[in-house]
Order: sequence, then structure tokens, then C-alpha cells
Amino acid sequence: MLRDITLGQYIPGTSLLHRLDPRTKILGSILYILALFIVDDLPGYLVITVFSLVLVALSGLPWRYVLRGVRPIFYIVLFTLVLNFFLTPGRVVWELGPLKATEEGIRLGIFMGWRLLLLVLTTSLLTLTSSPIALTDGIEYLLTPFRGLGVPAHELAMMMTIALRFIPTLLEETDKIMKAQMARGADFETGNIVQRARGMIPLLVPLFVGAFRRADDLATAMEARCYRGGVGRTRLRELKFAARDYVALAVSVLLVAFSLADRLLP
Amino acid sequence: MPIRVVDVSYTYQPGTPFAATALKGINLTINEGEFLGLIGHTGSGKSTLIQHLNGLLVPTEGQVLVDGVDTRVRATRRAIRQKVGLVFQYPEHQLFEETVAKDVGFGPRNLGLTEDEVEERVEEALAMVGLDAAKYGPRSPFDLSGGEMRRVAIAGVLAMRPQYLVLDEPTAGLDPRGRDEILGELADLHKRLGLTVILVSHSMEDVARLVDRLVVLHRGRVAAEGKPRELFQRAEELKRLGLGIPQITEFMRRFSELHPGARTDILTVEEAVEEILRHLRRRGHA
Repeated sequence: MLRDITLGQYIPGTSLLHRLDPRTKILGSILYILALFIVDDLPGYLVITVFSLVLVALSGLPWRYVLRGVRPIFYIVLFTLVLNFFLTPGRVVWELGPLKATEEGIRLGIFMGWRLLLLVLTTSLLTLTSSPIALTDGIEYLLTPFRGLGVPAHELAMMMTIALRFIPTLLEETDKIMKAQMARGADFETGNIVQRARGMIPLLVPLFVGAFRRADDLATAMEARCYRGGVGRTRLRELKFAARDYVALAVSVLLVAFSLADRLLP
Repeated sequence: MPIRVVDVSYTYQPGTPFAATALKGINLTINEGEFLGLIGHTGSGKSTLIQHLNGLLVPTEGQVLVDGVDTRVRATRRAIRQKVGLVFQYPEHQLFEETVAKDVGFGPRNLGLTEDEVEERVEEALAMVGLDAAKYGPRSPFDLSGGEMRRVAIAGVLAMRPQYLVLDEPTAGLDPRGRDEILGELADLHKRLGLTVILVSHSMEDVARLVDRLVVLHRGRVAAEGKPRELFQRAEELKRLGLGIPQITEFMRRFSELHPGARTDILTVEEAVEEILRHLRRRGHA
């Protein structure tokens, strides 16, 4: 039941997107978001949409699976559409009681909703095509220059790695405890909000006890292998840019340049 | 009335790249009063199958009938869960209350019983697993030893007064003494109360002596089925499925190679001693 969550999941593969350096993908995603928020007219949106669809195709993942990742934000998009329709000042085209939809609002709403959809669709490719370990490695590398400013790059990355590593474990554990308590007649689905909150106790207590037990075990296991933070630590796999990474970054920069041109030139 | 598993298939996460079929066309009848052993390698589908027995999972295809009632019917699922008690692996990880008595009483309380009835059931269930309610009831379940915690957790299921008791690897991670105690208590419950027990294990040693019938699962299918003595005669087949036979049975098989005529359908050390003595005596007289 809980395992059906697709957001943030990694699907192993060998596509071009899978093989890109995680740093490229992270920086590329940031540039993409930048471009997405700069463009402001139909041609611009069309170009970015085509670009996004090409990325999905390059990921080699099943279309249906990728598109399903967008489903959770459906209501947010709907909300954005409605708010923009009625709250943007401008030429009124349709009235519903005190609510006035404007031409500008419809335009803005559609663009905003479109933007959100593309944002989630494309950034989900980042986690779908990069293993959590690769991602945190990439983040650690990218943060290393800021060490001088007191950013604990290694420790942050290690914390993220551990957190990500335990998400599936905890989900599985939650599933198991829920089932075990349901087998004893527990009810997690009905009742008012107070009853439901109380009903969570048989789930949350064992879950926390288990999480602490695991944390303790993990800390012991790490210490037993002489872990003492990032100082002097080397890596088994060094991240190295390949030609494709430079190309991908160049394309991303071009996309931002295009969006700027789209915005600034008439 | 039996539990009938009819042509059951089950797929995890259907329609995703992670879709995994755990059960493929399982047919199985569990008779009332039976002591059934469910054996299989890791990933054979044991745990998936037992979650079907009380409706925690419902089949993707086929149906499970508990005393004739389909587990897919939502309205009767609560009743089915009371009837079929399920003890998961490492059940002590589900303990959550401040005291042992409260934790064991969680199930009965969910059934809507009065406090008096709950208390009665708590005492009864703790006694079944060999714990004294007066002594253990007020203690925190988190202060107990591993073996005691496990027994409290099993008592938590027994307090529902199930007709069928399903246990997933109830002895995993226990020391030999803890293991023997739990298995002894299960055999006792089966014998004394006529409780139908379904014991899931990957250890032949554990189940061989206890169960009336063994069902071997392999890659989501029933690979073999029969009385332990009969099944262990097919040792080669079991080995191919990644399962061994009890050491003492294996020993007797080799013994009979050197001493033709000795019985090989031996399950316990005591039986083996008897058979070897009998065999040697007979030879001595010949």
C-alpha cells in the first residue's frame, strides 16, 4: 500500500540520462528551472515543452510511469488555475456571482499551471535516473567549494545518504507494523480526527522504537569501521566529467540563453 | 471448516517497472485442527501467502475462503482477522503499550470487550505462552528479554482467541532454549486446545517433528506437499529447491547406505537411537 509512492524513486537503467554525471544533472536541473521561470510567451513555452519531452524520451523510462509522477500535483495545478483566473485584474470575460475571470488571468493561470507541470515532470527525471548515492555524491562535490564558509559538505551528504537509504526500510517497517496491528483489530481508516490520531499510537511507537534501534546499530557499525567524518576520507568512485557532460551543460546554458532572449527581445 | 486457497496469484506493484509476481496459482486447503508447516526459501512467497489467510492482502487472481467466507468482502474482514490470528516475523517489534497487560489487551479491546473480559483474556493468553500475568502484566514490555518479548507479542494475538494461528518464523533470532520453549508451547496449544496452527519456517529441523503436513513453496508455487516422513524421502528434490532435510534424517539416509534395511524416515534423535539399536540387535542375532 505505501510502496506505491513513485515520487523520488530511482529506476536503474543505462540511458544517456542515467549515464550523465550526477553533478551535470543537478546543475542542469537548476538551469532548466531558471529557464522555465524566465520564458513568458507561447513560443518560449513550446520550446521548453519540446525540450522536456525530449528529455523524457532520452531517459528511456516508460512514458506512463513518468507521467504518473505528475499526478500528485494535480490539485495544486487546479488551484493555481482557479486562483489566477479570478484574482488577476484585467478585462473581464466571464462572471460567476462575485467572481470575475479575466483574460489576463486565464493566460497567466494556464502558463503557471503549465510551468508547474513541466517543473515536476522534468525534475522528477533527476531522481528517476540517478541513484540516491550518486545524487548525494554529486551534492557533496558541488558543496565542497563552500567548505571554507563553514558548510559541512561531507556530513550533510552523509546525513542525506543515510536518510535516503532508510526511507524504503522505514516504509516497509510501517507497512509491516500496520498490518500486524490490523491483524489485532486495529483500525487506521475510520473515525474522526481525534480517534484517528489516537489510532496512530500503535503504529508510531513501534516505528520510533525501531528507528532508534536501527540508528544505534548503524552508528555502532560505522564506528566499528573507524568512521570519523569526512577529514582525510577518499572515495572508491571519483566523479569525472565526460564529453557528454560538457555537452549537456552547454545545452542547458543555451536553454537559459534562449529563455533570456525570449523574454528580453520583442 | 477449512481455509481454502483457490488458484491464488498475487502481484506486488502491478503496472510499474517493479511489478513482481509473488504467488502463482496456489491451491491449498488448511483443515481445522491441523498442524501445517509452510516451508520455502527466502522469496518463495511464504510471507505473501500467509497475509492472504486473514485478508491483509487480497489475491490479484483467485480467492481465499476462510470458513467459506471470501476475504475480498470488506464487511467480514474484521471477523476474519479475529478468526485467523497472524503472528509476523519478529513480532516483538510491534509492542507499543506501557505495560504487558495493556499490550496483550490491545486486540481484545479492539473487539469491543468489557474490561473484565479483556483482563480475563490477557491472563489466559499470557498463561498460554508460559508467562504469569500477575508478575509480567504490570511490567513494561520494553524491559523484557528478547524471548519474553516475543512471547508477549504472541500472547497479543492469542488474546483474540483465534481458531487458526499463523506464525511467520516464530523462532527467528532466538537462542536454542527460547526456540524449544516457543515450539513446545505451540505443540501444546495445538494438542490441548485443538488450535489449527500454520507454522512458517525455512528450517526443516524446526518443523519436522511438530507438523502433520508440510507444504513446500518455491518461487510462488506449491512445489511439494505431504507428511514430513514421506516428503523427506524425496531429499534430492528438496535440495534442488534450496532446502535441506533434518540432519538426523540425512544421517539415517547415509547410515542405511552402509546398513541396508535400516529405516530412513526418521525425524528425531530419539527415533534414530531406537532404530539404530533395533537394526544392530537384529543383525547381531542374524
